[in-house]
Amino acid sequence: MTQRLDYLKESPSQTAGPYVHIGCTPNFTGIDIYGGDLGTSMKTGPVKGQEITIRGIVYDGTGTPMRDAMIEIWQPDAAGLFASANETRGQADPNFTGWGRSPGDMNTGEFTFETVKPGAVPFPDGRMQAPHITAWIVARGINLGLHTRIYFADEPEANAADPILTRIEHQNRIPTLLAEKTADGSYRFDVHLQGPSETIFFDI
Amino acid sequence: MSPIKPTGGFIPRDRNWQPDALTPPYKTSVKRSPQAALLSFPSTLSEETSPVFGHNILGELDNDLILNYAQAGESAIGPRIIVHGRVLDENGRGVPGALVEFWQANAGGRYRHKKEAYQAALDPNFGGCGRTITAEDGSYEFRTIQPGPYPWPNGMNDWRPAHIHFSVFGHGFAQRLITQMYFEGDPHIKLCPIVGVLKSQEAVDALTALLDMNRTVPMDSRAFKFDIVLRGQRQTYFENRKEGL
Repeated sequence: MTQRLDYLKESPSQTAGPYVHIGCTPNFTGIDIYGGDLGTSMKTGPVKGQEITIRGIVYDGTGTPMRDAMIEIWQPDAAGLFASANETRGQADPNFTGWGRSPGDMNTGEFTFETVKPGAVPFPDGRMQAPHITAWIVARGINLGLHTRIYFADEPEANAADPILTRIEHQNRIPTLLAEKTADGSYRFDVHLQGPSETIFFDI
Repeated sequence: MSPIKPTGGFIPRDRNWQPDALTPPYKTSVKRSPQAALLSFPSTLSEETSPVFGHNILGELDNDLILNYAQAGESAIGPRIIVHGRVLDENGRGVPGALVEFWQANAGGRYRHKKEAYQAALDPNFGGCGRTITAEDGSYEFRTIQPGPYPWPNGMNDWRPAHIHFSVFGHGFAQRLITQMYFEGDPHIKLCPIVGVLKSQEAVDALTALLDMNRTVPMDSRAFKFDIVLRGQRQTYFENRKEGL
């Protein structure tokens, strides 16, 4: 017998199911225990930087909007700093949480985030990454939460130098990661779980 | 909670252990599973950082589902249980300050949700959600009633085992996890297509809580123990990482 490495195994994931709202956004489904849903607002006061709205819909492989997905986003503030215990580079904007959670509209499935345009964050080798937001999607039928990134179509120069975007073999899929500007301060980011316009998902 | 310095990312997720996206016996997964390969890249601060939730967000009854939706002097109907355990990482260390959210059906298998239509009655004193934040050693506990099994439109006669859903935050967004807890001895566990997405008996066992008689409260509540393991952080002595990044 050899020795054993004695690491634990990560708990296996299971689907969030159709009633994820009960636990994560209870007020949204009419259960008023906490006085408000976490992640509804990403701002606790006046924030620095450009305030933006991101809207989108998660589509299944038939092109049907999913009306029971929950999306969370995580991002730095306008200066590229995270409101996290792990942030060692400086103090993030105290009025910006960086974290949002949206259950989507119960009838249309459209999610909305009122946030700020994120600043750039370095890659581990020191190069700068283009401004981006981390997104995480769970729903009935999704066995393990899906990670993706929201980049901005109106940042072509930064995107062209981004360490991750530039290493994607199928460059024709990059538009699936780009939020399109629809008006001043408004962006659209739709997610396609499957099919010809399938969003790029990450193993991070 | 003391600040945690980034360490060079997390131990890669073992996707031979985690369920696949496409699991046809669980029918909804067929059109909700990506077909392209996932893109792998080294984690960055975007994945190694995570929101912080302070104890100040918690109400007094947030971890007591028997009382947190009940009218004054009333309580939820069903077998009274305590669920407790630790949130650990793959290195076996407790994860302090982790937000743990949980939700479940009532004792009859009925969820309190606008889109739910099962004929089992709602319990007017049971909401079905709770939350807590782990202590310094990663431990957590809450009080609830044992949920009932629940029929669902998948196969013609599919029933979910009694289960409690869990949502857990670690110290990095890459650790984000949602899972379900099952109860030792439930005969529905081996029949369920959602449990069936798990690839081994070991994985099923990892989500099955044991009756814990040492933690029961005599003449009051039984107890079940459920540990949750999040991805561990790697050490990076040899990585080309600039100081402070």
